[in-house]
Amino acid sequence: MTDAPIIMHEEQFQQLRHILNKLRLDSFSRVVFLVDKNGQQIAAQGDIGDLDTTSLASLAAGNVAATGGMARLIGEKEFPTLSHEGERESIHICIIGRVLLVVVFDDRSSLGLIKLRVKQASRDLSAVFDEIARLAEQRKGSEESLFAEITDDDIDSLFN
Amino acid sequence: MTFINYASREINCKIVYYGPGLCGKTTNLQYIYDTTAPTAKGKLISLATETDRTLFFDFMPLELGTVRGFKTRFHLYTVPGQVFYDASRKLILKGVDGVVFVADSQEERMDANIESLYNLEENLSANGYDLLKIPYVLQLNKRDLSNIIPPDEMVAELRRKDEPVHEAVASTGTGVFDTLKSVAKQVLTELRKS
Ligand SMILES: Nc1nc2c(ncn2[C@@H]2O[C@H](COP(=O)(O)OP(=O)(O)OP(=O)(O)O)[C@@H](O)[C@H]2O)c(=O)[nH]1
Ligand SMILES: [Mg+2]
Repeated sequence: MTDAPIIMHEEQFQQLRHILNKLRLDSFSRVVFLVDKNGQQIAAQGDIGDLDTTSLASLAAGNVAATGGMARLIGEKEFPTLSHEGERESIHICIIGRVLLVVVFDDRSSLGLIKLRVKQASRDLSAVFDEIARLAEQRKGSEESLFAEITDDDIDSLFN
Repeated sequence: MTFINYASREINCKIVYYGPGLCGKTTNLQYIYDTTAPTAKGKLISLATETDRTLFFDFMPLELGTVRGFKTRFHLYTVPGQVFYDASRKLILKGVDGVVFVADSQEERMDANIESLYNLEENLSANGYDLLKIPYVLQLNKRDLSNIIPPDEMVAELRRKDEPVHEAVASTGTGVFDTLKSVAKQVLTELRKS
């Protein structure tokens, strides 16, 4: 495997949620969430209601993957941000290392403000993800016991 | 790439259905979607052409239950099988934890199966994976049709290692869950090793 799994612990998870919440308030946006580049949602904050964030996460990742593919075809590494502005609801996506920060906002905010706040938040988020990577490296081998103990019966029981 | 969240006690894994155009990848997902309880699944997202060919991917999240107190969630994707969508196929394989190769059992599709399998190996290695090392299942689909190749001949041609082989009729659901289970099991077993 090329990528090590992302392993999230309580402390970093709370830090991420805190940063997302602050971003949401500071930018007057509806929902902000973090997705890994493969489309798995990491954390979400805001007025989620019946918004299908799981689907949105996989489509956001597909969107970034497709535009990244186009970028490479024309000789760019990637397009670091993507924005889609609708009549009332809009989406702004920003690439931060191996994760995507997705902000859903409406006419209570503006793209300019969103971009500014996202820039600030992405520094804080990067720091947390660096910490997550550092912890994963440090705990390698010591904390895997949880899954090492999974038995064939545990796995079989999922399918009955 | 598996995502393990200790805070919300979840394991997320990605499974990709691969294979030539019209072999029945979307039909596999559609069957799983139609027959699982609403609480266990999310929406089935299909990015398709007007003629129902997959254009970018199909996606559905599926929850299988808990292992050691962790919710296991599988993200199922299909690739577009038509040859000229290769760039999209490569993108969808990123971060994959397990692959199902859906082969079309019809005689006239054997060349397409072989070409698609080569393409899978190429695209996996472009993403840094080795088909021989990842969780992998071979499905022989469309066993209900009359112009089909015997299973042992297909296996001789298409089997790459000791992967499980499942005969299937995706349109009626035969073999669909057996296929999913056998790839999901391998993915979870892989977690144990990591
Ligand atoms: N008779 C029969 N037809 C099948 C079976 N599985 C799928 N089909 C049919 O084959 C056609 C193509 O199936 P899809 O699932 O759309 O194929 P696909 O692999 O997703 O094709 P692309 O999206 O182009 O890559 C549909 O009309 C299905 O109903 C099967 O087991 N038996
Ligand atoms: Mg399809």
